[in-house]
Amino acid sequence: MSPSLLAMATITAGVGGCVAYFYLSNLLLDRVIFPARGPNAGRNINRAAALRPWLFLLPALAALALYLAYPVFETLRLSLVDRNNDDAFVGMANYAQMLDDAKFWEAVRNNVLWLLIVPAASTALGLLAAQLTDRIGWGNIAKSLIFMPMAISFVGAAVIFKLIYDARPEDVTQIGVLNALYLQFGGEAPIAWLTLPFWNNLFLMIVLIWIQTGFAMVILSAALRGIPEETVEAAIVDGASPFQIFFLIKVPQITGTIVVVWTTITIVVLKVFDIVFAMTNGQWETQVLANYMYDKFFRAGDWGVGSASAMVIMLMVLPILIWNVRNARREMR
Amino acid sequence: MDSIAGRKPALVWALHFSALALVLLWVFPTLGLLASSFRTNDQIRSSGWWAAAFPAEQTQTLRTADPDLARVAAEGGLFVVEGNLFAEADLSAPGDLLSWGVSSRDVDAYTPGTRAELAEGEAITVQTNGDYLWQGSAEQISGRGQRVFVTVTVPPSFTLENYRRVLLDPGNREGMRQAFFNTLTVAIPATVIPILIAAFAAYALAWMEFPGRALLVATIVGLLVVPLQLALIPLLSLHNAIGIGKGYLGVWLAHTGFGLPLAIYLLRNYMVGLPREIIECARVDGATDFEIFTRIVLPLSFPALASFAVFQFLWTWNDLLVAMVFLIDSSGQTTVMTRQIVELLGTRGGDWEILATSAFVSIAVPLVVFFTMQRFLVRGLLAGSVK
Repeated sequence: MSPSLLAMATITAGVGGCVAYFYLSNLLLDRVIFPARGPNAGRNINRAAALRPWLFLLPALAALALYLAYPVFETLRLSLVDRNNDDAFVGMANYAQMLDDAKFWEAVRNNVLWLLIVPAASTALGLLAAQLTDRIGWGNIAKSLIFMPMAISFVGAAVIFKLIYDARPEDVTQIGVLNALYLQFGGEAPIAWLTLPFWNNLFLMIVLIWIQTGFAMVILSAALRGIPEETVEAAIVDGASPFQIFFLIKVPQITGTIVVVWTTITIVVLKVFDIVFAMTNGQWETQVLANYMYDKFFRAGDWGVGSASAMVIMLMVLPILIWNVRNARREMR
Repeated sequence: MDSIAGRKPALVWALHFSALALVLLWVFPTLGLLASSFRTNDQIRSSGWWAAAFPAEQTQTLRTADPDLARVAAEGGLFVVEGNLFAEADLSAPGDLLSWGVSSRDVDAYTPGTRAELAEGEAITVQTNGDYLWQGSAEQISGRGQRVFVTVTVPPSFTLENYRRVLLDPGNREGMRQAFFNTLTVAIPATVIPILIAAFAAYALAWMEFPGRALLVATIVGLLVVPLQLALIPLLSLHNAIGIGKGYLGVWLAHTGFGLPLAIYLLRNYMVGLPREIIECARVDGATDFEIFTRIVLPLSFPALASFAVFQFLWTWNDLLVAMVFLIDSSGQTTVMTRQIVELLGTRGGDWEILATSAFVSIAVPLVVFFTMQRFLVRGLLAGSVK
């Protein structure tokens, strides 16, 4: 079957299957299992009502359990066994092997750098962009354009920035903007930016900052507009300068939103894979955990160490996960 | 409030100026790719894309007509070849000739109209418009045409050839056309299927009373941030074990699973905000939960459904990792555009016209979705970032 036909069939089967499941299971519950008639009508209605939520939830819960919850435990198990030895329990051997790997520490160092720089830079730039675009007539157009990279894939962004970082031999015209500018402002020879150890990490981060700033801007701009005008007016009456108003009046009032933006971008950073994979593939000391893991799983075939590094990513996400869950529970009350 | 205090004209100008600078900085990278996709390989090599809108100086190697065919006898036993370099080289928009030369070591030796002595008795003259006059003895005016290096100002020109080649040429090696349809095949079912599953669950979590509801909502918030990296190997093993293997079915299921937490979370947050009266009225009138959901809640939730659909479409269209793990097998028939572009980056890193065009083909669809559905995207972002 051709893929497009298969796709059509799957959509029909998926959507039709869902509708049929929900409709028929409801019918079954109301007519056959607990019919609302006969001697036990009252009790049956109550029982059906108690059961119905689970009917509605079943497909979603099954998918979540299978596709997100089960893998967490399975990965944990895989990180503790030796695949080549009939899944024998090996304790922390995989972790020990991983900790001995210099590439792993390089990935950890880089991930920490990413975690420190990208959320901070994106949030700060997003705040700046929000503040600037909120106060001008063409702000919405400006917002759209800054927000646009959100729609571009990491791979597309990687191509875009590879063109910017492009380096060609000294005697020919530079077609990468960065080198053209560098030579214009007194640089001696073009530099291959992506192979420059340590600094190349920054050049990769710029790609993600470029993408995430729009996200930060949209959220923060909504928060800025939600600030009660009286507080700003009072500050103006008291003679505060625009900078004082921004940093002392506005920013403290949106701290909660800033934290949300910061953690959301942190999660994105922890999972960053495509950009590094497409631009350097972890060469020249740019390895990050997600790409290290992919390397171990699919190139080295080492499931033990791969799973161990996946658990490291999970461990880094865990504080944010717990924090989010606690906040959500507080809101539910 | 803008009219109160602290609004000096200079400050207003500074504001507009910095906003403009920021916007330009953000648009500039994408513009580079877009401009490059409309240029030929020669153009990309000879000047930066930012110069594409201006006339460029370009040195070309051209040849006079074949003397054995085109020469005519002139007085004094000499032979002459006359013609136009640009016309003979079939250059449609040649521009003006600035300088020319006959040696590759000195390509701009002569100004237009001067006469260059090539050897004893042999000379050539080239004019601004490309007309040339080459004369000499019978032996000198023979063999191949005289090579002439010309430096011309080329007016800005753009071409659709790259797009034609990438999208329409069935014999190209890039395979972007196939990859385009594959990506579409991945993205559409992976967007449609989770919606209904999530909507029912979201309704149950928002409007049905049952023990453990709060715990379930908290679990879904937790699952929102679980890195999908953890799911790769366990699920691939599972797919292999139950016979799905690598293929479209596997990638649709995976995207559905990974997209569900966000879908349920977004839809639940929206549905909770629907007016209680409507739903209670319907209950009093004897509507079942199933009817309330399909007749009232689902239609009212359209904005949230659209938000999620936009998110999920962008995410599945742009995805690389899930496709590489669950879909792309060694046959290469099911490759998606992101994978294909990474491939091109590796093997054709210097062919910027192909790279830029391929990348832009893959970016174009999300950009259209982005600009037409932006308000849903913004709404979804505002609702979806965990407060």
